Amino acid sequence: MSNTNAANAAMMRAMKQYGGILLSLAMLCVIFSVVNPRFMSVANFLNVLQQVSVIAIAAFGMTWVILLGEIDLSIGSIIAVAGMVGAQCFVFGLGFAPAIALTLLTGAVLGLINGTLTAKLMLPSFIVTVATMGIYRGLVSLPTNGAPEMITDPNWTAIGTDNFLGVPIIIWIVAVLFLFNHILLSKTIFGRRAYLTGGNREAALYSGIKVDRLKITIFMISGIMAAISGILLSSRLFSAQTNAGVSYELDAIAAAVLGGTSLAGGVGTMVGTLIGALIIGVMNNGMNMLSVPYFYQLIVKGLVILVAVWLDVRSKRAKQ
Amino acid sequence: MPGRGGVSDGRKDTTMASSDIILDIRDVTKSFGPVTALKSMQLQVRRGRVHTILGENGAGKSTLMKILAGVYQPTSGSIVLDGTPYAPADPQEAARAGLTIVFQELSLCNNLTVAENILATREPATAGFINDRALVAKAAALVGELHLPVDVTQQVGDLSVAQRQLVEIAKGLSIEAKVVILDEPTSSLSDSEAEILFGIIEKLKRRGVAVIYISHRMEEIMRLSDDITVVRDGSYIATRESQDTTIEELIALMVGRDMNEIYPARDVAVPAGTPVLEVKGLSRDSEFENISFDVRAGEILGFFGLVGSGRSEVMNTLFGIKRASAGHVAIDGAAVAIASPADAIVKGIAFVTENRKEEGLVLSHSVSSNISMVGLKKFSNLFGFLRQGREREAANDEVARLAIKTASLETQAGALSGGNQQKIVLAKWLLTRPKILILDEPTRGVDVGAKFEIYKIIRKLAAEGTAILLISSELPEVIGMSDRIAVMHEGRLSATLSGTDRTPEKIMTFATGSTS
Repeated sequence: MSNTNAANAAMMRAMKQYGGILLSLAMLCVIFSVVNPRFMSVANFLNVLQQVSVIAIAAFGMTWVILLGEIDLSIGSIIAVAGMVGAQCFVFGLGFAPAIALTLLTGAVLGLINGTLTAKLMLPSFIVTVATMGIYRGLVSLPTNGAPEMITDPNWTAIGTDNFLGVPIIIWIVAVLFLFNHILLSKTIFGRRAYLTGGNREAALYSGIKVDRLKITIFMISGIMAAISGILLSSRLFSAQTNAGVSYELDAIAAAVLGGTSLAGGVGTMVGTLIGALIIGVMNNGMNMLSVPYFYQLIVKGLVILVAVWLDVRSKRAKQ
Repeated sequence: MPGRGGVSDGRKDTTMASSDIILDIRDVTKSFGPVTALKSMQLQVRRGRVHTILGENGAGKSTLMKILAGVYQPTSGSIVLDGTPYAPADPQEAARAGLTIVFQELSLCNNLTVAENILATREPATAGFINDRALVAKAAALVGELHLPVDVTQQVGDLSVAQRQLVEIAKGLSIEAKVVILDEPTSSLSDSEAEILFGIIEKLKRRGVAVIYISHRMEEIMRLSDDITVVRDGSYIATRESQDTTIEELIALMVGRDMNEIYPARDVAVPAGTPVLEVKGLSRDSEFENISFDVRAGEILGFFGLVGSGRSEVMNTLFGIKRASAGHVAIDGAAVAIASPADAIVKGIAFVTENRKEEGLVLSHSVSSNISMVGLKKFSNLFGFLRQGREREAANDEVARLAIKTASLETQAGALSGGNQQKIVLAKWLLTRPKILILDEPTRGVDVGAKFEIYKIIRKLAAEGTAILLISSELPEVIGMSDRIAVMHEGRLSATLSGTDRTPEKIMTFATGSTS
C-alpha cells in the first residue's frame, strides 16, 4: 500500500518535472504515426535509438558541463578526433583493446585541456571551446591530409552493427552510460558538488569544494563521452571521417536544454537529457522516413526546439 | 506600562492636522490565495517627517512596501496620496505619482558606471544617442549635492558594497518625490557612511518630503524617526512619536513579548589557557599590514572597523581565499599553511561570510542541501554515494537545534526570511564542529527576534569551547558580545581593547584613526 503510494508520488513528481517534454515527444510520435504507419514499430524504435545514440552520449557529457554553468562547443570535433585516433591505431597495427583505451584517453586529454584553460586561466569556456573546436577539427586531418581512413577491425565495426541478446550493442552502451551518468549525478557527492557549484560557485568555493578541480574533471567527462560517441559513429560508418560530428555540439546542447538543463547552471537531470535526445532522434527519423529535404529538416528542428522549450518554461512558470 | 500595549489608541489623530498627511493608508489587506499577508493595515505619513515601520521579518513590511511601489495590488482598503486616491498598476506609475522606493536588495548593473546607473532609463539623449558629457555632469551634480564619496565615472562593479548602497540611494533620490521609502538603507553601511545618509534624510525633511524608513537598528531608529509604526504578523499594532517611547517598549510591541536584554549575558567565564588561533604579522599588499592577534577556546574576539578598514580582507586571507604576502598563522600551537578554503576547513576553521546570498547559500537549492554543503563527506559511503537518509537526519537536527523556520527540508533556501537564511549558513558550518568560527556581520539584515536567537547561539558555541571571531559594523553588537575587541583602521590593527576599555568612544577613536 505505502509502496504504491510512494510510486504514485514519484510518478507525480516525474510528470511535474518532465510532463512538458514528454508531451512534446508524444505529440511528435502521434504526428509521425498518422502520416506514416511504419513509424510505430519495434524495428523503427530500435532504429531511432541507434540513430540517437551518438547525440545522446555526447549530450550526457554536455549536461555535466552546462550544469556547471559552462559550455563545451568542442565535442563535435572530439567525436571526429576519436574516430581518427581509433583508425590510426589499427594502421599502426594495434589491437582492439589498446585502440579503445587510446581513444578514450585522447578524449580525456582533450577535455583536460578545455577544463584547465577554463579553470586555471579563468577564460570563459565559450571562448576556450570555440578555439579548441577549430584546433581539434584541424588535428583530425593531420594523419591523412583530410582523407577518410577506413576501419576494418571486426570488433570495432561490430560495436555499431551487431546485436547482443537481440538488442543492438550500441543501445546497450547508451543504456549503460545513461545509468552511469544518472547515478553519478543524482546519487553521489560528486554529483551533489556539481549541482552546488553550478548553483552558486562562490558559495561552493567558500564551503571547501575544490571548484577548479571539479570543473576540470567535468570537462574530462565531457571529452570522454564525446570520444565514446566518436567510436560509435566511426564504427557505424566503417571509417574515420574528417567532417564527422560537425555541429553535433548544437544537437547535444539542444538535447540537454530540451531536457530542462538550465544554461545558468545548477539545474538539470540525465533523465531529461535522454528524453531531449529522443525528441531530436524522433524528429530526424520521422522526417527521413517522409523524405523531407535536409534543409526543411533544419527549419522544422529549430522550430520544434523553440516550441518545446517554450512549453516547458511556461508550464514550470505556471507552477510557481 | 498599562494601556500602552496592543492596539491603536488613536491619540495621534487629534494632534495631526489632516492637511499634513501626505500618505493615508486605511484598512488595507492583501491575500495571496489562502494566505493573508496584511490584515487591515493603517498608516498615516506626514509631510517633512520620518516615519519608521518596525516589525520582524515576515511581519508584512515588505508586502506593504510592494503595494506602495505598485508591484502588488491590495485586496481591499484605501490609499490616498496627497489628496487623491492612489492605486498604481506598476512601479512606473508609482514613480509618476511621486513615490520613490529605494530597495534593500541592490538593483544596480555592475557592468555600467555610477552615472549610467543613477540616470538609467532617463539618460539625457538626442535622437536616441546618449549625451555622455551631460550624463556625467548631471549624475555628478546629484552625487555632489548628496556629498557622496563616489566617482560617477567608476564602474559599479568596482565599488564596495557600502558605496553601491549609497549609489542606490542617490538613484532613488534623483527622482523628485513626495514620499521616499528607504528599505534598510544602512544594512551595509558603516557608521560614518550612515551619517552621510542621515544628512541626506535631514535635507529631504526640510524640503517637505515624507520619508518612510525601514530598519532593524534600534538606536538609529530612535535617533532618526519622528513617528514609528509597529507591525506584527501582518497586522497594525501601534504608532508612537519617537520622543514618547523607548527601545524596550518598541521591542515589546514588535515581538509581542518583553525582551529585557538584547545581548544575552555571558554565563561562563572565559577560560584561561593557550590560544587556539595565533596570527602574527599577517600582511597582504595594499590591503592590510602586520596584523597580529590571538583567540583562546571559548573566547569571543570582536573585530571592529569602518568599511574599507580591511577586516573582511584579513578574514578572507585567513580562510585561504586570498594569499598572504607575509605573516604566520598557528592553530593549537602548530604553524599551518592555508592555501584554500578546503585547507582551512580541514584545520577546523568555519567562515560565515558577510554576504549570505553570494557566498553563503545556493538559493535555488533545498534547505537540507545547503545545510549538508560543507560536511558533504560525512554523508558519503566508501564509494562516494550520498547517504540521503543521514543527510536528512542531520539537516533535521540542525533545523530543530537552531529553530530554523521552514516549511520543509525541501523548501528552497531563497524562500526563507533573512534570519532563517542566516541560521542555515550557521548550521552548515556547525555541522563541521569547527574549532574556530569566523562570523562576518552575522546579523546583517536580520530582524530583532532572530538577532537575539543568533546571539544566544554564539554564546552557546563559545561556552562549548569554540574560539570566535566576530566582525561587525554595529558598535553595540561588538561591545555587547565580545570579550576583547580588535579595532582596525586603514589596514592596520590600531588597538585591542578589553574589560572596561571597550567603550564606544574609545573604539571609535581607534577606528577613525583619531589617535596616533
